[in-house]
Amino acid sequence: METDNAVSVSKLSRHFGKFIAVDEISFEVNKGEIFGFLGANGAGKTTAIKMLCGLLKPTSGEATVAGFSINSETAKIKKNIGYMSQKFSLYDDLTVKENIEFYGGIYGLSREKISGKTDQLISELNLDKMKNTLTRSLPLGWKQRLALSTSLLHDPSIIFLDEPTGGVDPISRRNFWRIIYEIASSGKTVFVTTHYMDEAEYCNRVSIMHKGKIIELGTPTDLKQKYNKTTMQDIFIHIVGQN
Amino acid sequence: MKLRRTISIIIKEYTHIFRDWRSLLIIILMPVLMIILYGYAITLDMKNLTFAVIDDSKTPESRELIRGFTENRFFILRYTGIKRNEIESLFKKRDIQMALVIPGDFSESLISKRITKVQLIVDAADSNVGTFINNYSNRVAQLFNEKLNHRSPGILGLEPRILYNPDMKSANFFVPGLVALILLLICSLLTSITITREKETGTLEQILVSPVHPIEIVVGKVVPYITLGFFNGIIIIIFARLLFKVPINGSLSLIAVLSLIYIFVALSFGLMISAVAKTQQIAMLATLMATVLPTIMLSGFIFPIASMPLPLQYISKVVPATYFLIIIRGIMLKGIGLAELWQHAAALSGIGLFMLSIATIRFKTTLE
Amino acid sequence: MQPVISIINFSKSFGKNIAVKNLSLDVEKGELFGLIGPDGAGKTTTIRTLVTLISPDSGELSVTGLNVSKSVREIRSITGYMPQRFSLYPDLSVSQNLNFFANLFEVPKKEMAERKKRLFKFSNLEPFSERLAGQLSGGMKQKLALSCTLIHNPVVLILDEPTTGVDPVSRSEFWEILQELKKEGVTILVSTPYMDEALLCDRIAIMHEGSVLAIGKPEKITGLMHNHIYKITGHNLVLQSNRIAQIPGIISVQSFGDSLHLTFPPGFSSEDIRSKIYDLLGQQLNIERIAPSLEDVFIGLIEGKIGHGN
Ligand SMILES: Nc1ncnc2c1ncn2[C@@H]1O[C@H](COP(=O)(O)OP(=O)(O)OP(=O)(O)O)[C@@H](O)[C@H]1O
Ligand SMILES: [Mg+2]
Repeated sequence: METDNAVSVSKLSRHFGKFIAVDEISFEVNKGEIFGFLGANGAGKTTAIKMLCGLLKPTSGEATVAGFSINSETAKIKKNIGYMSQKFSLYDDLTVKENIEFYGGIYGLSREKISGKTDQLISELNLDKMKNTLTRSLPLGWKQRLALSTSLLHDPSIIFLDEPTGGVDPISRRNFWRIIYEIASSGKTVFVTTHYMDEAEYCNRVSIMHKGKIIELGTPTDLKQKYNKTTMQDIFIHIVGQN
Repeated sequence: MKLRRTISIIIKEYTHIFRDWRSLLIIILMPVLMIILYGYAITLDMKNLTFAVIDDSKTPESRELIRGFTENRFFILRYTGIKRNEIESLFKKRDIQMALVIPGDFSESLISKRITKVQLIVDAADSNVGTFINNYSNRVAQLFNEKLNHRSPGILGLEPRILYNPDMKSANFFVPGLVALILLLICSLLTSITITREKETGTLEQILVSPVHPIEIVVGKVVPYITLGFFNGIIIIIFARLLFKVPINGSLSLIAVLSLIYIFVALSFGLMISAVAKTQQIAMLATLMATVLPTIMLSGFIFPIASMPLPLQYISKVVPATYFLIIIRGIMLKGIGLAELWQHAAALSGIGLFMLSIATIRFKTTLE
Repeated sequence: MQPVISIINFSKSFGKNIAVKNLSLDVEKGELFGLIGPDGAGKTTTIRTLVTLISPDSGELSVTGLNVSKSVREIRSITGYMPQRFSLYPDLSVSQNLNFFANLFEVPKKEMAERKKRLFKFSNLEPFSERLAGQLSGGMKQKLALSCTLIHNPVVLILDEPTTGVDPVSRSEFWEILQELKKEGVTILVSTPYMDEALLCDRIAIMHEGSVLAIGKPEKITGLMHNHIYKITGHNLVLQSNRIAQIPGIISVQSFGDSLHLTFPPGFSSEDIRSKIYDLLGQQLNIERIAPSLEDVFIGLIEGKIGHGN
């Protein structure tokens, strides 16, 4: 089945014991779109993303990612997605170069391809001088950019970014978002969560999640019109603060 | 299983190992320290056993038997010519660990070739020591018999293990067991924390979203630690040889090959725990519990398996150290070879493969 | 009156890396002071030195007049400190964590309920008070950590990027708590990467590469910008920013949500710029000159592009 949707979610739920973390959410993400997955703390964003990446089994519901079912085809999904988790997930006792080589390796890239990609990434990220330093000692903004780049090594068509810029300063955040724009303009789909509402403005569409449900979804411009507000920050506080 | 992915995991694990040289040093020094401490602690214990004698016979034969006990370095004769009712209080004060009561008709009975009974009272509060005294006394009795009459099979049954330890050195008996214990402990600890550590740091999550198969992770983690474990094993055996003068009568390369199998079992065991445990602490505790006690109690390290209750004997069949002890004692002390040991080696390999499969199957590709 | 936090000529290096050099600043009693700066500016080093976790190479640092090198215990008992990476006990529940910290700082039993209520108001964690901390979401953990820091009554509060990962609603409620504490006379030093939070501080210091570039009230800082800022709006402008940066005379281009901020030296007019952009992109765009925001000035200061006064 060929669709235009990179991600398509239908009545997806996840329970932890009696607690319902994700409650029958349904939405679609178009190919090549930057989709902002916003929401209050504990709304269920990370839980939903983990289900889409095949890290958690849904309690009920269905979703397809890159055309494959998250219930039955996780192995195929994993080949087609990149994922950057909320927790920093590179090895901090490995150097920049070793991290890139390792992640290239576990995606089964050939040796030549890995060494080519490594050089390319290191020069793109301006990390030439740092390539042999331990990842531990990089500034946070650089770490996050490195993590983003390694999750793109295998050229996935969709990339899930869970709060990639948490704690990052405004200048590094801009650099980071410039890369996100470049990724999207090369046709990849970007699925991103953030608590910085200025970043929400960069998204093609955003959804706002609260207590396990998606309570709003649309383009930033449409939402501003609908709520008669000028910034996403005001909209978010309005919607989430009320509920 | 894809080789490329497995290799990159192997390379990464090696990098972790060598980068953290402090931990590496601990991993290498800990077994050495353990073998020195435990080795000396046990052999010292066994050297200073004191005993009392009540000799009602007072004949050359009875004195000969007493000399049999005092000749070696393990028994020190502390009391002679005491009364029977004093014995109990000496035991209570822990003044003696053993008392020998030679009956008045000792010589006559021997000369008339009747079965002669000598009473041996052993303090078994420390069962370790108790077993030991029992074994050595049997040996003393056997020697005594041989001197008296070469054709006689002796008065008491003998613990066969001592046959191969004719010098009566406890080190020969214990050190191979220690090698088995330490190797198992270190190797399974090593792997039991590698996966849980990645669960805690969050890197496992990143690996799990890639197409990596559990078998690749598991193999990628076993291989580097096999070399490390092997290196550890060599060091332990060298120290055993140098410090405790344990003989190595058999083939060194056979020891090496069979140790490799044992190390593989230990590492697979650690991985099995690691695949299920949520945190590093749980993994470490579980490993300690599951290795140390069974190895000490059920493998024949201290207690002969043949004298255990039947259910325990069955359990001992799944304790890896049981097989390795037979192997290592066999090679070091008896000098036997693969012809006699292949079954045990096969049993070990089987246990190892079984554990590795369990580790792979139980290894979850999700974060539940 | 003596400042509550006083830092004079403070320097600290780690090996070859100079983390902080010759830093001096004061925080007055009841002041809410913000430390702003990019990664590696030296904020965390400064904060850790103030709470006596690392010792200075040189300089005088004191908290309520107590020297950080000499009065370690006293300083620790009067300051509330929240490190950037706060570790909770993942195997204790939310309320067990709160009680633990309350007991650690000997909070009177009578006051406990009142305080918990106030903290739950901002954190919304009340329905989850029996859940294990390890099972909370990222932002919920952060909020619990903040609550544990605020459960006792510190005289001085030192917070290192407290609101990382916290959603906007909770963030504004958290800052209301800080304002209340300030009114009660608590002195607060906070580092943050959020410019909207920096605006809520009484004074801020902008740090870069171990030294202070500017210090003062937020209005004073925004006044440091001598160049002019123009805002243009339009569809997908971010991708055009590299081309717009080619406009002759332009100093920098920054994206702000769906718009771009262009920095020009004084002497250009909106009309000028509009026609230049039209030449370049063939598009008529909305353009207006705006008062520089704190973020404009922050970036300008760090990149050395604020221009000179006459
Ligand atoms: N393993 C678990 N056991 C029990 N509850 C859990 C578990 N994992 C998550 N939860 C709960 O599910 C809810 C959603 O968590 P989730 O991490 O998805 O939130 P989030 O939207 O990502 O929040 P944040 O913005 O703070 O990261 C929370 O209430 C959390 O406590
Ligand atoms: Mg989250």
